Amino acid sequence: MGLPVPPFATDLFGPEAIIMKGLNGLNWRISDYEARGGYQALRKILAEKIPPEQIVNEVKKSALRGRGGAGFPTGLKWSFMPRQFPGRKYLVCNSDEGEPGTFKDRDLLRYNPHIVIEGMIIAGYAMGTPVGYNYIHGEIWDIYERFEEALEEARAAGYLGKNILGSDFGFELYAHHGYGAYICGEETALLESLEGKKGLPRFKPPFPASYGLYGKPTTINNTETFAAVPWIILNGGEEFLNLGRPNNGGTKIFSVSGDVARPGNYEVRLGTPFEKLLEMAGGMKDGRKLKACIPGGSSMPVLPAHIMMETDMDYDSIAKAGSMLGSGAVIIMDETRCMVRCLLRLSYFYFEESCGQCTPCREGTGWLYRMVDRIERGRGKPEDFDVLNSVSDNIAGRTICALGDAAALPVKSFIKHFRGEFEYHMEHKNCLVPDYV
Amino acid sequence: MLEIEVNGKLLEVPDGATIMDATNQAGVYVPHFCYHKKLSIAANCRMCLVQVEKAPKPLPACATPVTNGMKVFTHSEQAVDAQKGVMEFLLINHPLDCPICDQGGECQLQDLAVGYGASGSRYEEPKRVVTDKNLGPLISTDMTRCIHCTRCVRFGQEIAGIMELGMIGRGEHAEIITFVGKTVDSELSGNVIDLCPVGALTSKPFRYTARTWELTRKASVSPHCGLGSNLTVQVKQNRVMRVLPRENEAINECWLSDKDRFSYEGLNSEQRLARPMLKRGGAWQEVEWQVALEHVANELKRIRDQHGGQAIGGLATPHQTLEELHLLQKFIRGLGSGNVDFRLRQSDFSTDGKLKGAPWLGMKIAEVGKLDRVLVVGSTLRKDHPLLAHRLRQATKRGTQLSVINPFDDDLLMRVAHKAIVAPAAMPDMLAQVLNAAARIKNAPLPEAVRSALERVTVSESAQRIAASLASGQNAAVFLGNLAQHHPHAGELHALAQELAAVTGARFGFLGEASNSVGGYIAGAVPFAGVPAGMNASLMLAQPRKAYLLLGVEAELDTHDPQQAVAALKSAELVVAMSPYQHRALEYAHVLLPVAPFTETAGTFINAEGTAQSFSGVVAPLGETRPAWKVLRVLGNLLGLAGFDHDSAEEVRREVLGAGADASGKLENRLSAIRLDALAPAQASGLQRIAEVPIYSTDAIVRRSRSLQQTRDAAPPVAWMNRALHERLGLREGDHVRVRQEGGEAVVPAAIDDRLPADCIRLAAARPETAALGAMFGTVGAERVAAQRRVAG
Amino acid sequence: MVLSPDALAKIDQAVTKYPPDQRQSAVMAALTIAQDEKGWLSTETMDFVAQYLGMPPIAVYEVASFYTMYDIKPVGKYKLAICTNLPCALQGANVAAEHLKNKLGIGFNETTADGLVTLREGECFGACGDAPVLLLNDKRMCCAMTPDKLDALLKDLT
Ligand SMILES: Cc1cc2nc3c(=O)[nH]c(=O)nc-3n(C[C@H](O)[C@H](O)[C@H](O)COP(=O)(O)O)c2cc1C
Ligand code: SF4
Ligand code: FES
Repeated sequence: MGLPVPPFATDLFGPEAIIMKGLNGLNWRISDYEARGGYQALRKILAEKIPPEQIVNEVKKSALRGRGGAGFPTGLKWSFMPRQFPGRKYLVCNSDEGEPGTFKDRDLLRYNPHIVIEGMIIAGYAMGTPVGYNYIHGEIWDIYERFEEALEEARAAGYLGKNILGSDFGFELYAHHGYGAYICGEETALLESLEGKKGLPRFKPPFPASYGLYGKPTTINNTETFAAVPWIILNGGEEFLNLGRPNNGGTKIFSVSGDVARPGNYEVRLGTPFEKLLEMAGGMKDGRKLKACIPGGSSMPVLPAHIMMETDMDYDSIAKAGSMLGSGAVIIMDETRCMVRCLLRLSYFYFEESCGQCTPCREGTGWLYRMVDRIERGRGKPEDFDVLNSVSDNIAGRTICALGDAAALPVKSFIKHFRGEFEYHMEHKNCLVPDYV
Repeated sequence: MLEIEVNGKLLEVPDGATIMDATNQAGVYVPHFCYHKKLSIAANCRMCLVQVEKAPKPLPACATPVTNGMKVFTHSEQAVDAQKGVMEFLLINHPLDCPICDQGGECQLQDLAVGYGASGSRYEEPKRVVTDKNLGPLISTDMTRCIHCTRCVRFGQEIAGIMELGMIGRGEHAEIITFVGKTVDSELSGNVIDLCPVGALTSKPFRYTARTWELTRKASVSPHCGLGSNLTVQVKQNRVMRVLPRENEAINECWLSDKDRFSYEGLNSEQRLARPMLKRGGAWQEVEWQVALEHVANELKRIRDQHGGQAIGGLATPHQTLEELHLLQKFIRGLGSGNVDFRLRQSDFSTDGKLKGAPWLGMKIAEVGKLDRVLVVGSTLRKDHPLLAHRLRQATKRGTQLSVINPFDDDLLMRVAHKAIVAPAAMPDMLAQVLNAAARIKNAPLPEAVRSALERVTVSESAQRIAASLASGQNAAVFLGNLAQHHPHAGELHALAQELAAVTGARFGFLGEASNSVGGYIAGAVPFAGVPAGMNASLMLAQPRKAYLLLGVEAELDTHDPQQAVAALKSAELVVAMSPYQHRALEYAHVLLPVAPFTETAGTFINAEGTAQSFSGVVAPLGETRPAWKVLRVLGNLLGLAGFDHDSAEEVRREVLGAGADASGKLENRLSAIRLDALAPAQASGLQRIAEVPIYSTDAIVRRSRSLQQTRDAAPPVAWMNRALHERLGLREGDHVRVRQEGGEAVVPAAIDDRLPADCIRLAAARPETAALGAMFGTVGAERVAAQRRVAG
Repeated sequence: MVLSPDALAKIDQAVTKYPPDQRQSAVMAALTIAQDEKGWLSTETMDFVAQYLGMPPIAVYEVASFYTMYDIKPVGKYKLAICTNLPCALQGANVAAEHLKNKLGIGFNETTADGLVTLREGECFGACGDAPVLLLNDKRMCCAMTPDKLDALLKDLT
């Protein structure tokens, strides 16, 4: 397997890292974590008997936004959990990372699993949920096994189970694995999958906070979201907020892939200029020029180089630029790439991964894919643009879950920014650029 | 209550209502496919998208809860645009085979496509093709037409109680399928045909036989189980082509059991008797009605004059109409005989004379779903009463505790809280144990009438649990099922159940076996109900009569002891078989009279809850067939009997029920007197037979439905026994067993069911294969027939 | 017994993660364990899992056919799935995939004539930084698979 060559002497994830601080790729065990100050946040909470509401408030103050894609304020989400609910409540961590371009949760669980465990325990404490599950992408089996091992360590050290560290607070945490379905990253599909069914997203409302796992109130957050919690507790929400920008608190791990010299994960403060992030990833591969970038995972609109180079890496800036920060997956495409082929591969992905329950997505993703495929083969015609746009519009916003939008957005944005390449395909029956993809 | 505006119209809807509920209430149609009022909400077709003020996107009406002050627009530009978009998606992969599709003319997709579809298609890519599945003899598939609404899957999970269909794969590759190589075997399966909004699931027997617009629709009532499900019978050129449910929330809701739906094939059977037949000099001849009826009248007169009226007996099935049963008993009594009965599978008549009215369900059918504690004694609920079972199934999902006492432990497809599986002979004892325990729990003195019988009973743990469950209810009921009514100690079960209900404050009822099990009593077609009184069904056959009038009866299949019945009939001087079919009566009858099945005559069934449902014929009688009530009337005239001048079935009904057609005053389950000194011994010696009537063997029509007879439920009978007995008989896998009973025998395959009580052999009745045997419950002998030396047949 | 006592013990262990009335939650684990032992999921195996967990057989079939890593048809002794999604493609996955196809003489979703290797096209494994990535028999992830490394891997598959 081998570890990638560390680009930074000790901090594998860059000098600004706080979540991934001090990681060298080998120091993932509980003793390493404790040596880095791990589990201190939990100890502090239990020793000082910090009231749960205060923790939720601290998270609110931090302006931590969900790292899974939607960017929903985490503190607010936590406050939706019914406090007085008499029955079971559940906490779920979404490590089903499958959004093309995203591979940060894998590294988090691989190099720093205990920070996720600690974050979940604290969340469980804050929301009064005695049981949690971490749903881990099936394709990263060694990471699932490592997480099970980390859980054993945490259990043995008294961080999990009944009466944690002698308090009257108890929390159980289990790992559950997927087995090949992108859609299970969608939170309600994930819950269905946890219940032992097909991963079909549920219609919302009701939201998981009122009807979640086994029909009980449930909070779901992304791995990275949980991982930010211990730092916030130890250093204060305010401090976290100040690392980033207003409404965009803290640092974020960006997964940079594609035509860069050093693909990898880089943890930087929100608001860092894209140019700087690109630099950390070693710049463009082979000195070629940037053509396009998808800044937030394959589901988000693509942006052309000139817009991207002006943009800072935070939720609001990227939104202003016309895309979304999403999961923080930055896919870089250089001047040699054919945009039609790039879109074709993405369209195929959504067609393959649609769960198929709702009509617009089941039928529309196939339609989009087949049209792009036809255009790519040089059999497109000018009218196809209208049909592509209108089919995308007929999918977006009309489906049960956001996969429909995820399939539609790339199509519209690729056409919007790179219409010429599509036209070239229609006229010349081949690519404007040499065929590398 | 919430306020909502639908298309500018203000209305109030209850809390928790969805937009679809509101639009339904407002009478505004919102197009939809996956939504169905009886199924959970899937919100997957997206056809019902509507505009909601302040919502950025169109929302699905079926799944969106109403909030106070919401403003909904179902036909605004945004809404129609969304609906059209969805329709286009549904059509791109849908085949253009409407001209050959059975759903044509009643297809929701076709109907909506006309309103919402575009004229030409923008879709130029290849269309999807899905392979068809073999779901069994009832449902035909064209899976390329499937629009993935999952109604059929949800039906299985939520209504039928068994998930046989599923949607495998995902995305565009998702398809509806059964588990590898399995058929759909639920007794409610046909409902998916109605549920399927397109032509993916259609009726196999009906396939390609007619276009819907060629069919006329007539209302009718099902002649099978005690529910009296409401039917729409579809007719083409005087032939019944198809049967569909007619919605009646109080009875069958929008469902039908497969028996009610597919048995119509039996109406068109080649075995239909088209002309009267007379046996002369040992040979059968077709004759004119006049000749046949005069022959019958003369012979009856002769026998009455020679042997007295009591030498004549009348037997009918409980599937005959109220009018027919009434005229039959009136005719028999007019001849000076009291020998008339319709309870052909009953064997214990000890409660005759103590009944104060017609035994019935004891409540409305709809109330069954609201019970919180239920004890069912002697019933295969889902096979005997498929839709009543469905109501109980829904109740158990809401927490109702169901307990059963039964000699076998078939999966009822619902949660059974407590059960006692005991040999038939031990059933009264078990019920007595429950009563004993219940009396103690309730701190009630043991009822005087049964005290001495109860004192010797030891309460088992299961009886204790059943009693505790029953006693803890607010709205409990005790029901006696078909098997309890057929039981050789049915009277004891009746008395004990009555007392148990009294002690626990539960209600008490009978799960009526047939469409007119209640009506038969009300018509007076029982020996104690008129003057003169006479013999019950069992006695009439045990002490053979000189003449028998059989109304709808196939003696070897419809009676408690076919061996005895056939012997009695063979010894008679006159057997008149009135039936729609030419059947085995050819062997023992002297006259065959073709009488109309329910579709060819007007009539009335009084269902288990006591509701009288009248219907008219939907097709003209086949050939020379005549309604049985008319035949009886003419016979009455020929014999000069008084009071046989009705001009219509209505007139006959009025004679029985009065102008209001209300039977409720005639229903009563409680016995006027109970005196149980000792219970019949719970231990029987020798091997005991347990016989149930298989779902598709209950009556003459269903027995002739070709497709139902190909289902798993109609498979040839097997002798089931527990492993210990199987070993004791030296049986090996694949072996047959010769079952002997009262000189008759049947050779059938042997099989193991370890849930059966010791020393019992379960072997179905009402099947030709076992017709040579005796009573449904009784002592039998059994021996191994090794696989290779098997006797044919 | 369709599965070994060892496999059953593992399934029992998985069941303990969930509330007692939610055995079905362990179906993905159970199918994974069964597939590890049997190589693929036959009708008989799925039927057994259904019975073991108290599920309708069709519900197990639904699950097994929904998640792409379950094989409901026989596969080769080695199953190679290579991710060709956009980020991986940009980093050489297509080159790697072509190399594999040529070396093995089969296309995606095909098995070599000797029944040794089945080739699959994967969707994002969540490891794009290490592209091209390849999954060997569902569980072993091989990173940065250049043609040379692929050759070395193929040599070990016997
Ligand atoms: C198609 C689809 C795929 C998704 N995949 C993931 C994923 O892999 N990981 C994740 O954390 N969230 C994913 N999400 C977002 C989740 O639904 C959910 O918003 C998130 O887990 C909430 O956590 P957060 O608030 O911490 O971000 C996905 C959403 C959609 C619609
Ligand atoms: S949008 Fe697509 S993936 Fe999401 S529920 Fe609908 S069909 Fe499934
Ligand atoms: S009827 Fe509402 S989505 Fe199908």
